[in-house]
Amino acid sequence: MSETPKDVPEPTRVDPDAAEAAQEGAPDEAKDAAQAVKGPGGTVGTAAPDTPQRSTATALEAGSQNAFGSRTRLDIVDVRTGMFGVAGSGDTSGYGGLVRTVAMPGQSDRPYGGWFDEVVDILAEVLQEGGVAFDDAVEQVVVDRGELTLYVRREQLLTVCQALRDDQDLRFELGLGVSGVHFPYDEGRELHAVYHLVSVTHGRRLRLEVAVPESDPHIPSTTGVYPGHDWHERETWDFFGIVFDGHPGLARIQMPDDWPGHPQRKDYPLGGIPVEYKGASIPPPDERRSYN
Amino acid sequence: MAQPDSTGAQAPHASPHIVDEATEGVPTFEASGGDWSEIAEEAARLGEERIVVNMGPQHPSTHGVLRLMLEIDGETVTEARCGIGYLHTGIEKNMEYRTWTQGPTFCTRMDYLAPLFQETAFCLGVEKLLGVTDDVPERATVIRVLMMELNRVASHLVALATGGNELGATTIMTTGFTAREEILKIFELITGLRMNHAYVRPGGVAQDIPPGALDTIRASLPTIRDYLGQLGDLMLANPIFKGRMVDVGHLNLSACMALGITGPVLRSAGLPYDVRKSDPYCGYETYDFEVPTSTDADSYSRVVLRMEECYQSLRIVEQAVDRLQAMGSGPVMVADKKIAWPAQLAIGADGMGNSLDHIKKIMGTSMEALIHHFKLVTEGFRVPAGQVFQTVEHPRGELGVHLVSDGGTRPYRAHFRDPSFNNLQAVSLMCEGGQVADVVVSVAALDPVLGGVDR
Repeated sequence: MSETPKDVPEPTRVDPDAAEAAQEGAPDEAKDAAQAVKGPGGTVGTAAPDTPQRSTATALEAGSQNAFGSRTRLDIVDVRTGMFGVAGSGDTSGYGGLVRTVAMPGQSDRPYGGWFDEVVDILAEVLQEGGVAFDDAVEQVVVDRGELTLYVRREQLLTVCQALRDDQDLRFELGLGVSGVHFPYDEGRELHAVYHLVSVTHGRRLRLEVAVPESDPHIPSTTGVYPGHDWHERETWDFFGIVFDGHPGLARIQMPDDWPGHPQRKDYPLGGIPVEYKGASIPPPDERRSYN
Repeated sequence: MAQPDSTGAQAPHASPHIVDEATEGVPTFEASGGDWSEIAEEAARLGEERIVVNMGPQHPSTHGVLRLMLEIDGETVTEARCGIGYLHTGIEKNMEYRTWTQGPTFCTRMDYLAPLFQETAFCLGVEKLLGVTDDVPERATVIRVLMMELNRVASHLVALATGGNELGATTIMTTGFTAREEILKIFELITGLRMNHAYVRPGGVAQDIPPGALDTIRASLPTIRDYLGQLGDLMLANPIFKGRMVDVGHLNLSACMALGITGPVLRSAGLPYDVRKSDPYCGYETYDFEVPTSTDADSYSRVVLRMEECYQSLRIVEQAVDRLQAMGSGPVMVADKKIAWPAQLAIGADGMGNSLDHIKKIMGTSMEALIHHFKLVTEGFRVPAGQVFQTVEHPRGELGVHLVSDGGTRPYRAHFRDPSFNNLQAVSLMCEGGQVADVVVSVAALDPVLGGVDR
């Protein structure tokens, strides 16, 4: 990804080269982490449950080696601690101090392979003709598992969609829909909207991804370019709370009109089940022990 | 809210109307979100004979719990809108808290008339995430094709049968469902269930087809063809049927493309777009079949196309059966023991379960095998982080599965782009300006299944 200034801070994007610099620049964090490892009791492995362990830059770098493939750039979207992902209860597995980062496949290097280079080049050309620099519109190009993903800035989403649909060499004329993903840890980029486009003419398919902060969840509506995205955007609003500006009628579609909250967000509270046995209850699924 | 009456007792009190004078100053609760009084006042102010009819969500001709809001002027529909969500069960959210192997159990319940397509699409996506697409045994892939094509016929038969029933043609309905029964018997023989199979699993299929199943399928095919012939005789030249269907629910190619319509509705507008041909999966490029199209873009042509697709699917079924016969027995699950389900299923004295040989091995001889079994079943396997989008050609159009993994044992996000959900957007375009009776025909031609729409 290019080093262009951004209006949102991205503290979670860790570049291994910059990791050591970050370590120096954040002495407090390093101290906190050292304390957390030592624990108030002074013995390793019995860290008090109410002092959550902080992840150090070193740990992040070490954890990032679990990422798929060996890439230099990483999009860390989550950091997991412990064995069972449960905070507060005694983790007796001996892995209580485990820190694992979750990184999505990052920026790919050229050549992307197949027709991907061609499409990216033509798109850059078409955008240039329209007076938009490619780097201003597309944050990064990711090729993973044989699929092309363009991370698009929301300001230029409509320009990119219009170019992809209308240029005869691109011609992604079929919009298959929008789906949302919520990455609560990915600060400033919590909500992702993912668009799936198909070129029937050229037999190609690609994916656009737009990331917006939870505090400002606005993305321009693509219904002007792909009218079929109407219900898909309503669904994404309903489940994730992403506001698609310019949508003709952004109402809830699956949940009742007066439903509070957006159920597919990761922090949406889930229900536990009370059990008729001495006040016991089954905790909600996201608070149970899990291997994730 | 209950309010004390003159005796001071708490009397039962229904949700009052919002402008009810008796409840002024008293907190009230609305049963649902709509502010109907404003709409009623607006209608009274305009003083027009404006009738809004709610068709559904409980109506026999809306294919389940679809709610159609029709504004009618006499017999003419001036506005048509869909209300959905009555069958929303949060399947996608549920899948985030189950292992990848448990995923098919959930997604099979989305579009309940075409369960094997959701299962296969999901499993293809998981395999792509794992990078084991090429390791899936050939036999499992052919079984998947066989099952999907039989399922396509079953699904189209329901579409034709219920479509006929909605016009009052009960014989079409009974014939269609009787034909579908033949296929459900095959499904029951192979998967053990008539629907909600969870038969296709990441890495292959749950178990091999039982002995004699290929002969049963071969024996059933002429019967299914015979029923299809009967349906054709009942429908295709029937003047009443044609009178109801021809030139009704028109949706031309540009409208289809704009709204992202796929499947028989798009092909009825003339575009031979079929994912099995344009972006083949499961080795569809090696099968000999055609993609029928029409240029009439009306409900009748969609009926003809669905009939023709049934025959094409039966062609694929025959080829798949021949291949299975020729290749003999073999594995139906990837060899990687870290992904494959640890036990093959077998019929025991108390019904179907883990095979006795496997139980004997893990309980009697190998502690490590027992640990592996336990870990795989309770924890599941880890899938490297990343995302994929996998599509298959569903009977109703293009079914897309968007899977995001965070490297864990459960999907971080599973989204299904259900063709029925997308295609229902065309209802306004197809019905407005037509007759009320044509709404039924148009919706039947879209063939939405609300389990898939609402998920």
